[in-house]
Amino acid sequence: MAPPTTSNPLRLLVALGVLIVGLAVWAFWPGTDSSVRLGLDLQGGTQVILKPKPVTEGASITEEQLTQTVSIIRQRVDGLGVAEAEVTTQGSGDGAVIVVAVPGVNQDRVVDLVQRTALLDFRPVWGLYPAPPSVDPAADPSASASPEASPQASGEASASPEASAEASASPDSSANAAGEAAPLIQADANTPEFQQQVAALDCTNPLNYTGGRPDDPQKWLGTCDVTGAAKYNLEPAFIQGTNVTNANAVLPQGGVGWIVSLDFDGDGAKALAEASTTLSALPECGIAGANPCNAFAIVLDGVVTSAPRFNEPILGGSAQIEGNFTAEEARDLANILKYGALPVTLEPVDITTVSPTVGNDQLRAGIIAGLLGLLLVGIYLLVYYRALGVVAVLSLAVAGVILYLTIVVLSKAIGLTLTLAGVAGAIVAIGITADSFIVYFERIRDEIREGRSLRQACDSGWIRARRTLLAADFVSLLAAAVLYFLSVGSVRGFAFILGLTTLIDVLVAFWFTHPLVVLMGRSSWMQKGSKWTGLDSGRLGGASVAGRRGGRSRRSSAETSPTDSSTKEVSA
Amino acid sequence: MSKIGNLGHRLYAGEVSYDFVERRKRWYAISAIILLLAVGALLFRGLNFGIEFRGGADFSLPNATCSVEDARTTAEEATGAQVIVTETASGTVRVQTEELTAAASSQVAGTLAEACGIPKGEVKVQVVGPTWGEEISKKALQGLVIFLLLVTIFLSIYFEWRMALSALVALAHDLVITVGIYALTGLEVTPATVIGLLTILGYSLYDTVVVFDKVKENTRGVTGQSIMTYSESANLAVNQTLVRSINTSVVALLPVLAIIIVGAGLLGAGTLLDLAVVLAIGMAAGTYSSIFIATPFLVDLKERQPEMKALKARVLARRKQGRSAAGAAVGTESASDDDAGAEADTGIGRRTESGPRQQPRRKPRSKR
Repeated sequence: MAPPTTSNPLRLLVALGVLIVGLAVWAFWPGTDSSVRLGLDLQGGTQVILKPKPVTEGASITEEQLTQTVSIIRQRVDGLGVAEAEVTTQGSGDGAVIVVAVPGVNQDRVVDLVQRTALLDFRPVWGLYPAPPSVDPAADPSASASPEASPQASGEASASPEASAEASASPDSSANAAGEAAPLIQADANTPEFQQQVAALDCTNPLNYTGGRPDDPQKWLGTCDVTGAAKYNLEPAFIQGTNVTNANAVLPQGGVGWIVSLDFDGDGAKALAEASTTLSALPECGIAGANPCNAFAIVLDGVVTSAPRFNEPILGGSAQIEGNFTAEEARDLANILKYGALPVTLEPVDITTVSPTVGNDQLRAGIIAGLLGLLLVGIYLLVYYRALGVVAVLSLAVAGVILYLTIVVLSKAIGLTLTLAGVAGAIVAIGITADSFIVYFERIRDEIREGRSLRQACDSGWIRARRTLLAADFVSLLAAAVLYFLSVGSVRGFAFILGLTTLIDVLVAFWFTHPLVVLMGRSSWMQKGSKWTGLDSGRLGGASVAGRRGGRSRRSSAETSPTDSSTKEVSA
Repeated sequence: MSKIGNLGHRLYAGEVSYDFVERRKRWYAISAIILLLAVGALLFRGLNFGIEFRGGADFSLPNATCSVEDARTTAEEATGAQVIVTETASGTVRVQTEELTAAASSQVAGTLAEACGIPKGEVKVQVVGPTWGEEISKKALQGLVIFLLLVTIFLSIYFEWRMALSALVALAHDLVITVGIYALTGLEVTPATVIGLLTILGYSLYDTVVVFDKVKENTRGVTGQSIMTYSESANLAVNQTLVRSINTSVVALLPVLAIIIVGAGLLGAGTLLDLAVVLAIGMAAGTYSSIFIATPFLVDLKERQPEMKALKARVLARRKQGRSAAGAAVGTESASDDDAGAEADTGIGRRTESGPRQQPRRKPRSKR
C-alpha cells in the first residue's frame, strides 16, 4: 500500500546534496591522502598469489597458521622498504590464498622473499651490547628470562601441527636477494674483523631489525634485537627450529605471569643438554667483558626474537621460558617457536609483473573507455528522451560523482584498491544504471498513455517502476555479492565495484532522478508538452500531456477515476 | 526517432503487436539450432584456455622492435620448448611459454627484452601455476551454483516458481550460447572471460526480471475475465516492454562497445578487452532470450495449469460465439470495457476481436 504521492522531492534532493557534501568532506579532508589507491595492474608492480599448503599431507590449514604466515610475510616484505606493500588473505580454510602486492619492485626478488621458508635457530650468545644511545639491558624483558629445567616427562600428545618446515636450502643467496637492508653480518669464525663489523652495526636503523634475512646457522652472526634495543654477537646455532616439536603459552599454577613451554625432539634435547650445561656455568650477559656469556638467542629470519639465560643445565628435552610475559607476549613467542619456519608451504600460483608504463596505459585506456561509454549513452538518452534525457544524463553524472567519492573514502577507510577489473565494472555499470532511468521513463509514458496527467504519471509511474527497479537491482546485487565472497583475485575487484554501483544506482534513482522528474513535471513548460520534453503527442500516439493538465482521462467514462485505478494496481 | 517513439506507443496500445509468444515454436527452433551448434563446438573444438588455466608464462613486450619470428627464436632458445608468439595491433609482442620458475621467467624476460630492444622493466610478465586455473574454475562454479540457488529462491518468492524456472532457462540459454561462441571462434578464455560470464548471470536475470514484472502486472486477475488468454496477456507485456528492452540493450552495449574500441585500439589484448567481448556476446544473447525465450517458456508452463486452460477455452468459446453473432455493431465494445479492468485501459480491448457481449458476465467486479 504505497501512498499515492511520494515524499517531498525538494527534501530528497537536499538530503542527497548533504550526503554528497559529507562524502566530499570526508574524501578531501585536509591533511589526509585523497587519491584513489590504484591496484598494481594500474600503477605497476608485482603481485604474487600464493596458495598455502599444509606441511603434512591431508591436514587442513587453520586460521592461526594463516595469520602467522601473513605476519611473517608482511615482516619480510616490509624489509624491502617499499611503501604501500600489501599482504592480504582472500577466502578462508583450504580455499584461502595469500596475495602479496608490491608496487614498483622487480618480480624475482618478491617471489624469492615471499616463498622462502623462514629460518628459526637457537644460538649461544657470545656478546650482548646495548644499542646506542645506551639502553639498559634490563629493559629487554627477554634478557631476564630464565628457562628452568623441567625434568618431568611431558608425554602429552600434541594436537598442534609440528614445526617441521625445512631450513632454507640456500640462505646465503636469499639473504642477498633481500636487498635494501645491509647484508647480514656473518663469518666462519669470531675474528677481530667480524667483531669490528658487529660493533659497527647500527641497531637504531629499522632495516637492521625488521628481519626477513635468514641467517646461515653454521656461521657466526652479528645482529640486533627485534626491537632494536640490543645488539648481539652470536655463536653458530646449536639447535634449529626443526628440532622444536611443540611450544605453548602456559599460565603455571601459583606462578607469576605467563611462561612459554618448549619441547624438543631427540637431537634437540641432546644439543640443549650440552649447550645448557656449558652456558649455565658462564657469567651473566650484558656485563662488560663477559664473553661468552650464559644466554642463548632465539633467532628468527636473522633477528633476535628473545634471549633468555640458562639458569641450570636442561636435561629432559623440554624447557620453560619465564620472563613476566603478558598472555599476548607469551602466545606470540610460542607461535614463533612453533611456526618460526612458516607453518605452511607456499606455492606461488600466479605471478604478475606490470611495468608502470603499461599500468598507466591501462588506466588511461580505462578512463577513455569510460568517458566514451558515458558520452555515447548520454547522446542516446538525450536524443531519445529529450528533456527526460537531460535528467538521465544528470543522474549518471551524480552517480559518477558519488562513485568517485565513495572509492576515495573507501580507499581511506578500508584500503580499497581500484584495479583494472574494477574500472571495467564501473564502465559496465553505466548501462545498468542508465537502465533504471529507462524503466522509470517508460513507466511515465505508459501512465500518460493510460490517460493520467503528467503530474500523476511522474508519481504513479514511479510507484510501479520502483518495484521493478528494486527487484532487478536486488538480483544484480546478489550476483555481485556472491561473486565477491566466493572469488579470488581480480574477480573480487570487479564484483565490489559492480555491487557498489548497484547500490549507488538505487540511491540516485530514489533521491535524485525521481525528485527531479517530479519537479520538472510541475513546470508549466513540461505540461505544455513541447516535443523537446520527450513526452509529446507524436511520441505518445496522440496521448500527449498537453490538454490533460487537469488530470481528466481520455477514457474517463470507462474508468471510475484515475486514483481508483492506481490504487487498484498497487493493492492487487 | 519520432517514428520509433511512435512505435513505442503503438506497441503499448497493442495497435502493433508481434506474436512473440504465439510463434514460440519458431524461436525455440532457432535457439535449438544455435544451442546445438554451441554444444557441438564445445564438444568437438573445446575452449581455448589462456595460460591462467593451463599454467605457463606470458610475456608482453610493448612497442617491441623485433619481429614475431625473432621473438619466437629467442624464446625457444631460452626455454628449450615450443612457444606461442602473437602480435597485437598496438605493436605489443606476446610470448607464451610452458610453465617456468620465477627465476627462469625473469631470465627469459631479460633475454626477450634485449632481443626486442626494450628495457626489461617494461616487460609484463605473468607466471601461473597449473593448479591455479582449476582453483578459479572451481570457485566460479561454486559461485554459480550458490547464486542460482539464491536467485531461484528470490524469484520464486517475488514472482512464482514458474517464472523462476523460465528465467533460469533463459539464463542457461545465454550462458551456453556465449560459451559456444567462444568454442566456435577459438577466442582465448581468461579469468576476465569468467568474470564476464558471471556478470552475464546478473545481467540476463536483471533483464528478465523487468519483463516478468510487466507480465505479472498484466496477468494479475487474468482468470477473472474472458477476453484474453494468458499467452495474449504475456505477449502484450513483452510488446509493451519491447522499447525498454531495446533501449536497455543499446545503453548497456554502448559502454561495452566503447571498451572494445578503446581496448582494441590502445591496448591490445587484456583484461578490459576480454571482459568486453564476453559481455557483448552475453548481453546480446540476454536481450534475445528475455524476449524470445523467457516469456514464451513461461507461457508454456502456465498454460498447463487447469485454470489457464479453462481461461483459454472460455476466451476461445466466447470469440467463436462473438463471431457467429457478428454483423451487429462493433463499436459498442468500449462501453462494456469496465469488465476487463486494467486490461481494457491498456488498450487490449481494441486488439481482440470481440463482438458485442450479450451473455451475462462471468465474474463480478469484486473477483478481479
